[in-house]
Amino acid sequence: MDILELLKQDARLTPKELAVMTGKSVEEVEKVIKQYERDKVIAGYSAVINWEKARDNIVVAFIEIKVTPERDYGFEEIAKRIYSYEQVKTCYLMSGAFDIAAVVEGSDLKEVALFVAQKLSAIQGVTATSTHFVLKKYKENDLIFEEEEKDRREAIVL
Amino acid sequence: MKKPGEFIREEVRNTPPSGIRKYFDMLSGLSDVISLGVGEPDFVTPWQIRESAIYSLEKGRTHYTSNTGLLELRQAVCNMLRKKYNLDYNPLNQIIITVGASEAIDIAIRSIAGPGDEVIIPEPCFVAYKGCVNFAGATAVPLQLKEENRFKLTVEQLKECVTKKTKALILAYPNNPTGAIMTKEELRPIADYLSTKDIVVISDEIYADLTYGTKHFSFAELENMHDKVIYVNGFSKSYSMTGWRLGYVCAHKDIVAEMLKIHQYAIMCAPSFVQYAAIDALEQCEADVERMRKQYDARRRYIYNGLIEIGIDCFLPEGAFYVFPNIKKTGLTSERFCDRLLMEHKVLAVPGTAFSSAGEGYFRATYASSLENIKEALKRMERFVNTL
Ligand SMILES: Cc1ncc(COP(=O)(O)O)c(C=O)c1O
Repeated sequence: MDILELLKQDARLTPKELAVMTGKSVEEVEKVIKQYERDKVIAGYSAVINWEKARDNIVVAFIEIKVTPERDYGFEEIAKRIYSYEQVKTCYLMSGAFDIAAVVEGSDLKEVALFVAQKLSAIQGVTATSTHFVLKKYKENDLIFEEEEKDRREAIVL
Repeated sequence: MKKPGEFIREEVRNTPPSGIRKYFDMLSGLSDVISLGVGEPDFVTPWQIRESAIYSLEKGRTHYTSNTGLLELRQAVCNMLRKKYNLDYNPLNQIIITVGASEAIDIAIRSIAGPGDEVIIPEPCFVAYKGCVNFAGATAVPLQLKEENRFKLTVEQLKECVTKKTKALILAYPNNPTGAIMTKEELRPIADYLSTKDIVVISDEIYADLTYGTKHFSFAELENMHDKVIYVNGFSKSYSMTGWRLGYVCAHKDIVAEMLKIHQYAIMCAPSFVQYAAIDALEQCEADVERMRKQYDARRRYIYNGLIEIGIDCFLPEGAFYVFPNIKKTGLTSERFCDRLLMEHKVLAVPGTAFSSAGEGYFRATYASSLENIKEALKRMERFVNTL
């Protein structure tokens, strides 16, 4: 596995551990990571948290947004106005029936609904929104949120 | 009158049970044990393959297949062998789908060797070979592989073991338990020597997909031996399908026709829905095999480095998913080392002696275990080694 694959799996691996597992020197690993960080290949490091378990007042919604692209800027400026809100956790430009997808978090349904109605819908160029509330997260970032299945292997065979 | 146990044939009675059974008893009563004693992947079978088995059950594919296995599966295996290992086997008459590589090994040995015959088994090795040779009534001739040769077989050693009675050599690279591999250049002299003899090679290449430096080279690819090789492989290790019990054996058609009789009468056929799923495994899951291989590779480097750092001598394994560290300098026997490691520090590893007396002074630990487990096991081993 290369450094990126290993970090994707566990961002806590130390440069020394990464060096061992990729057969590179520690200095080399540190240099490569620095470069990735500078180039924004590695955009950041964060834990994948199952918020449903940590707190009970969290609501997540997936918002489909239709927009009329702006002359000169296309979708970029509108997208920026959308993703700049702190409530928007994820934002994608999409192909298909709508243009932009945003994942919005809030502490209750009303808060999220109001945010969509008052903020997102009001952005110039946004022509329609459709809000889908997330009922349960099964998997995120390659990680399955259910209890890990335990190792079912016999401790020793043959 | 005979007691019930006395009805048992001598060959069976005289074969000891697997040397690691005692750990079952030692394990009960211990909690929080990290087992590096397992010989199978920690990954579950890729979902696509499991789903495909469910589908085949849903469709009612629950009947016997042909004795040699589903033609479509035989074709898929032969295509894969051609593509990956440059091996040319005819799906119509040169392959049998078996119940694991285990069955393939058994029918290969039983077809070739019987009373009065000798089978050379390079050791340390997978535990089943010797048993199968014993049950066939033949004689197992041990050949002790050496760490200084990186546990590779040399022609010189082989020559010393060959007699007029030698019928077969068992070759198993990438190797369980040592993690050794053999390259084309290293295999060629073996083939050149054997091509002048009436000796069959049973080549157990079940870890073929799991090599970490050079790509695996199959002994069967060597022209002058091709017709005298019985090629064994299976789905257990590459595809994480140990519990499915599916393997295959390929050879010259005249050998396959004879082996098929044993398979026919003893087994009938491998489970049908498993065979259907295996077609999908071969045709659609190459990326999964590679994903798992890369994980093993990272863990291999980690555990090797960890062992060296805590002062345990070890040779860098190049295939399979085992390390085989040398513990001679601790002054403990393999068994004592592993017993104490388990009882005092709750890490289960397998003493080298489980893989024949040639394994004395070594233990086998698998890195088919999560990195977390490997890290914790290394910490515990360090504590143990520091008390010695
Ligand atoms: C070298 C070797 N051959 C064969 C087998 C048996 O494989 P299967 O599950 O296909 O019977 C094993 C399993 O541990 C093995 O290590």
